[in-house]
Amino acid sequence: MKKKEMANPRDAYGETLLELGGKHPNIVVLDADLSKSTKTILFAKKYPDRFFEMGIAEANMISAAAGLASCGKIPFASTFAVFATGRVYDQIRIDVAYSEANVKIFATHGGISVGKDGASHQMIEDLTLMRVLPNMTVLAPSDATQTRRLVELMATTKGPMYARIGRANAPLLYTKEDLKDIEIGKGLITRDGSDASIIACGTMVDQAVDAQEQLAKEGISARVVDMHTIKPLDEKLVLRCKRDTNAMVTVEEHSIIGGLGGAVSEVLAENGSSVPFKRIGVQDVFCESGEPEELFDKYELSTSYIIKTVKKLLK
Amino acid sequence: MLYRAKSGHPGGSLSAVEAIVALYFHHMNHDPKNPNDPNRDRFVLSKGHAAPALYAALAECGYFDVEELSHLRQINCMLQGHPVCTHIPGVEASTGSLGHGLSFAIGIALAGKLDKRNYRVYVMVGDGETNEGQIWEAASSAAHYKLDNLTALIDRNFLQIDGNTEDVLRLESVRDRWSSFGWHVIEVDGHDIEEIIDALLSASEQKNQPTMIILNTVKGKGVSFMENNIDFHGVPPNEMEYKLAMKELEIAQKALEATL
Repeated sequence: MKKKEMANPRDAYGETLLELGGKHPNIVVLDADLSKSTKTILFAKKYPDRFFEMGIAEANMISAAAGLASCGKIPFASTFAVFATGRVYDQIRIDVAYSEANVKIFATHGGISVGKDGASHQMIEDLTLMRVLPNMTVLAPSDATQTRRLVELMATTKGPMYARIGRANAPLLYTKEDLKDIEIGKGLITRDGSDASIIACGTMVDQAVDAQEQLAKEGISARVVDMHTIKPLDEKLVLRCKRDTNAMVTVEEHSIIGGLGGAVSEVLAENGSSVPFKRIGVQDVFCESGEPEELFDKYELSTSYIIKTVKKLLK
Repeated sequence: MLYRAKSGHPGGSLSAVEAIVALYFHHMNHDPKNPNDPNRDRFVLSKGHAAPALYAALAECGYFDVEELSHLRQINCMLQGHPVCTHIPGVEASTGSLGHGLSFAIGIALAGKLDKRNYRVYVMVGDGETNEGQIWEAASSAAHYKLDNLTALIDRNFLQIDGNTEDVLRLESVRDRWSSFGWHVIEVDGHDIEEIIDALLSASEQKNQPTMIILNTVKGKGVSFMENNIDFHGVPPNEMEYKLAMKELEIAQKALEATL
């Protein structure tokens, strides 16, 4: 297999914030004692006046971000996905979503590929928690390039938003040119195919592309959709996949309940779909410590599991 | 309002009303005709259940029609059970879930410092509300950032739903707690408007630290049978109680007018 070019989406986030900081004087950044990990430290060093270290006090961070937004600031609040959502759900619900505040919550370390820290730090419910909130846009960029482009769009698009990326380096799937027309709410057909559709988000898009390549060798033509926006979901594209292909799977580094798989299921069910369909993701369990690859294997998120599932659905 | 709505929180609204009057009618720089003025002073009602007191003040100031007050908590009407900033002119923050408002006010204060604007931000918290952990995150944060453009007021009425604050979850010494967090603390009679105004002025002069004004209040103040009566935390008066309360308030109003 050819060696992939890698880049860390966290670096992409930090570097993009830094660039945007020069263009948009209203951007402010908040972090909860994790700026070295989330990479907001790059912004903090260049724009110390516009960076607010809030300490290990996430609830205060989210509500304060909403207060800053009420004065015309564009706050990006960052921490790990576990602390950025479940821990501060009520603050996001009232101060951000209900208040239609222009707050951008950008979480890193989403999903199980956090690895060795174990289930306490492996956030597999965040997409669901954020998706159920009215007014909230939910994003899961798949590589460093897409992270860059979506952070740019977050800064220039009004409204409450949540985005999550993983911890690890990720293979580069796109060039800047590939994504020059990317839009929030519009999925990308990363690889086209006619037999099956693999709708993936975040870190799992790369696994889906690998699965697509191996399936092709066996004569199965799969389409890979990069559904970087979980909400608002690109329903048209989901229905197009239903029409064009004979099997569908969703793949996410997240619980199968309520995230990408949940959202796609809802669309399919309400549109009389009889296409064989399966949600691939964490099966309503807490995972454990381990290497990301070991976890993907054990919890059935690996490329080989995607291939197996697609073949089974096509039988 | 509450009688018509047949729901709501009379006790905590009555204990908070003098401070709200002092802020909106005697102290804050604000203009109902220009509610989005970036230089305006802001008030955040963190104890959102005292919404009736805030709504009455906003209506009286002219942010919206006084007639709206008759439709509190009714379907298809503007005034929600708890304040919401997207729908109600003059409301700065959506509150009702306790513990958020002080943090929200910190955001406003940080923005003010950043933009070198001279506005001040005021936030009222309930005493029971300070059971919430987020309040203490915010207490640390406001002192850390030396937010001298922030004044908080605590409605110290000693009652929360399950009983006396000291029995439910001890708060004393309120003064020592806040001063140990690095706040300038002033204590006043929360029903004496002049004392409140003096405290607000003194808070404005404080440098490098936020101020907490402890408002010593009586829950249900002004209506004899509601005073210090926890039954009126979240229950409106019935018809008989309403008439009695209005009569008491009318007598008090006449007595006040006679002194002018």
